[in-house]
Amino acid sequence: MSLSVNEGVDVKGLVDKVLEAYPEKSRKRRAKHLNVLEAEAKDCGVKSNIKSIPGVMTIRGCAYAGSKGVVWGPIKDMIHISHGPVGCGYYSWSGRRNYYVGDTGVDSWGTMHFTSDFQEKDIVFGGDKKLHKVIEEINELFPLVNGISIQSECPIGLIGDDIEAVARAKSEELGKPVVPVRCEGFRGVSQSLGHHIANDVIRDWIFEKTEPKEGFVSTPYDVTIIGDYNIGGDAWASRILLEEIGLRVIAQWSGDGTLAELENTPKAKVNLIHCYRSMNYIARHMEEKFGIPWMEYNFFGPSQIAESLRKIAALFDDTIKENAEKVIAKYQPMVDAVIAKFKPRLEGKKVMIYVGGLRPRHVVDAYHDLGMEIVGTGYEFAHNDDYQRTSHYVKEGTLIYDDVTAFELEKFVEVMRPDLVASGIKEKYVFQKMGLPFRQMHSWDYSGPYHGYDGFAIFARDMDLAINNPVWGIMKAPF
Amino acid sequence: MSHPVSQSADKVIDHFTLFRQPEYKELFERKKTEFEYGHSDEEVARVSEWTKSEEYKEKNFAREAVVINPTKACQPIGAMFAAQGFEGTLPFVHGSQGCVAYYRTHLTRHFKEPNSAVSSSMTEDAAVFGGLNNMIDGLANAYALYKPKMIAVLTTCMAEVIGDDLSGFINNAKNKESVPADFPVPFAHTPAFVGSHIVGYDNMIKGVLTHFWGTSENFDTPKNETINLIPGFDGFAVGNNRELKRIAGLFGIDLTILSDVSDNFDTPADGEYRMYDGGTTLEATKEAVHAKATISMQEYCTPQSLQFIKEKGQQVAKYNYPMGVTGTDELLLKLAELSGKPVPAELKLERGRLVDAIADSHTHLHGKRFAVYGDPDFCLGMSKFLMELGAEPVHILSTSGSKKWEKQVQKALDASPFGKSGKAYGGKDLWHLRSLLFTDKVDYIIGNSYGKYLERDTKIPLIRLTYPIFDRHHHHRYPTWGYQGALNVLVRILDRIFEDMDANTNIVGETDYSFDLVR
Repeated sequence: MSLSVNEGVDVKGLVDKVLEAYPEKSRKRRAKHLNVLEAEAKDCGVKSNIKSIPGVMTIRGCAYAGSKGVVWGPIKDMIHISHGPVGCGYYSWSGRRNYYVGDTGVDSWGTMHFTSDFQEKDIVFGGDKKLHKVIEEINELFPLVNGISIQSECPIGLIGDDIEAVARAKSEELGKPVVPVRCEGFRGVSQSLGHHIANDVIRDWIFEKTEPKEGFVSTPYDVTIIGDYNIGGDAWASRILLEEIGLRVIAQWSGDGTLAELENTPKAKVNLIHCYRSMNYIARHMEEKFGIPWMEYNFFGPSQIAESLRKIAALFDDTIKENAEKVIAKYQPMVDAVIAKFKPRLEGKKVMIYVGGLRPRHVVDAYHDLGMEIVGTGYEFAHNDDYQRTSHYVKEGTLIYDDVTAFELEKFVEVMRPDLVASGIKEKYVFQKMGLPFRQMHSWDYSGPYHGYDGFAIFARDMDLAINNPVWGIMKAPF
Repeated sequence: MSHPVSQSADKVIDHFTLFRQPEYKELFERKKTEFEYGHSDEEVARVSEWTKSEEYKEKNFAREAVVINPTKACQPIGAMFAAQGFEGTLPFVHGSQGCVAYYRTHLTRHFKEPNSAVSSSMTEDAAVFGGLNNMIDGLANAYALYKPKMIAVLTTCMAEVIGDDLSGFINNAKNKESVPADFPVPFAHTPAFVGSHIVGYDNMIKGVLTHFWGTSENFDTPKNETINLIPGFDGFAVGNNRELKRIAGLFGIDLTILSDVSDNFDTPADGEYRMYDGGTTLEATKEAVHAKATISMQEYCTPQSLQFIKEKGQQVAKYNYPMGVTGTDELLLKLAELSGKPVPAELKLERGRLVDAIADSHTHLHGKRFAVYGDPDFCLGMSKFLMELGAEPVHILSTSGSKKWEKQVQKALDASPFGKSGKAYGGKDLWHLRSLLFTDKVDYIIGNSYGKYLERDTKIPLIRLTYPIFDRHHHHRYPTWGYQGALNVLVRILDRIFEDMDANTNIVGETDYSFDLVR
């Protein structure tokens, strides 16, 4: 494969042309978020984590989405109250495929929607009294609930409610953690601040106020999975590999996770972090406070999986290192067969990616493993450190777009005509109508898992079925 | 711990089968027993049974504060839906940006179509100083990039709590030349903490009409022969609006559908992406003030709009998601009355064919007990159709339902011998319905995709006939209104009944004597 992409394409010219459509003030602001990767670049040369421009159709969400939707929502044995008007909880109800095992409505509540359903009087007189009652009713109707989180929607911070006081009183009264999360949607510039706030609440309201479970016996091989939301079972397909090399995964954050796993995490020997963006904060905190080292790993595609397994094993003794080699060897024949089957059907195909979290970089080598090329990538809510971590994954000439607008992405795709667009549900049907194969890379298009060796086979199959479906050939009527 | 690799390139297995392999089953068990510190299986089983009891139902119905799995969304999504039914219209949602991502996602997941709307992306500073600058810049950007013919402004609860004034802000933005002075920018305040998506729909329809018709009362507005129709928030709008247009065509009525999303939410795949398609033209919307009458298909989606229209001197007629034979009869007779034209012979023929189909299948429907949930109008229309089929609506539930609505449902139930076991539950949610389904069983549930959890827990088959339907494809492309629509609904219900019969009779040598070839 060549060392650069988009050769012979005037990508810079395309960017300039697309920017022309903006009013001047916005054009200047957007120009800072778009770039073409240069050789030997240390970062991607774009500004990030800056307010979206009004009226441009950003694809971003909000802090509530980052906290309730991503970090807290998947903790299965707690009930997460969407505190405020009915909508936020309604739209995010079962929207992400955070798989879990449990008896929903009895000891797990992941696919349910709990809200204080604010009415006008709650806005005028405050909602703390109602919140007390909401929590009491939840505890009575769901006695096996192990904890409750209060996920603030926009009005909470604007009307001056004291949800922390309610949380303290109720924790005491129920003898269960009740945690207040100030993730009002207007805070910050994207879902990213919601992740950070949610991490801080775990620090202040779980680590500070609870203890690891009595009787928890540590071993030298205790690790955690941090920042895997178990979309379509991703965390399970990762956990199995860690267990196979001889490690003990004492906690999963937060896909299929439990309160006990959060509480026991400070017992880990090392925190293994998959989605750096959404959970690096708590990993850094545990490093400072408990001296637990953390390591970012990547379980997308066999090249990265093998590299990550070796890096993880290197933190442990020779047995683990030997196990890692055995596990890599064990899966190699399946991986070879997958590549032999799918690579000839996918080789040289061009992909444009636009998602969030870790995927705009982490999935790149999985595509490379199949002989595909990434011609453009970008993040919804990255910070500068994400772009620094991206430059070594992608090649010279790659188009980089931060917080891309619907307008920009549509124009880029129209001109660059990749063979696959890998983005989200809001983008999916736009590009399919343009005749382009598409995969949702938030929900895995209801497939998955994509993590781990088991997941790679599914990833390869899914890219093939998207790109090589006959529907793209019948778009034009013969008359 | 070592198992052979289950995954294979020949037959790739995904989540449906992968996690049922022994290595994953063991993984689940280890995670549960060593790390989750959950409750014992016995305790979980005990509480599970308790949630199905009469005692639990009483506690559940005593709830005053927490709402669990409601059948309502918030105002802005309804307003956005209404706005998207007008030609070239871009909804502009003033407030926090995450809301818009949610509305677009929700509508996209149902219609399997792109959904375009922009946000003014207000953050902390706007919370303190107000969102005027966001409006000024936002309108300018949206106008320049997306070239709409109209921008319809609505609000999230953030903008409502801080008290942003849309009318003043829009004027201000026009003064700053964000959009041309004569560019249409109707608006609606849509606080999420008042009512639900159906109220938001009403507010936006009224907002658009107010923009084109003016605010003043004018009972002497000159009238012509056209008739307006407002469909309301309807997940089957693509099929239904087209069916209504077909019916009007057969009558020879000049019908203006006020907010017609049918083409915008059903664009072709031919290599070109259409950001806007179809919709009620702005010209027709303006002219619609001269219609002799306006029909609302969903009373609870249009109370303020109809009042406003009345003040322009129009006759108004309102329905509650009319479905089935008599529901359609009433609508057609009203169209005949308003237009002075007879019901076309072709529709009479369709009616006869529908009744024929019902007669052919009535044995499978008579006496079957149903739970129905959804928006207030849908529940009314659906329940009436069920009673017409000889089926019995038993639990009729709508979180958006009021006391007035409960009385209206009761009246409909009282009018039929098949309504005897029925009861309306306004302001209740699907967790209430779960208790009802366990303590007072029915044969089938009619609702939306969220009902699949009720189906799983109670084993009562679910029929998806209202918004949102995320996990079945394309049903919204077929009408549920008109005689043709009623036939579609009938077939959907019958298919589920027959599938359920087969599923319950297919054990060889045990139950398969009832596994009939002919039903």
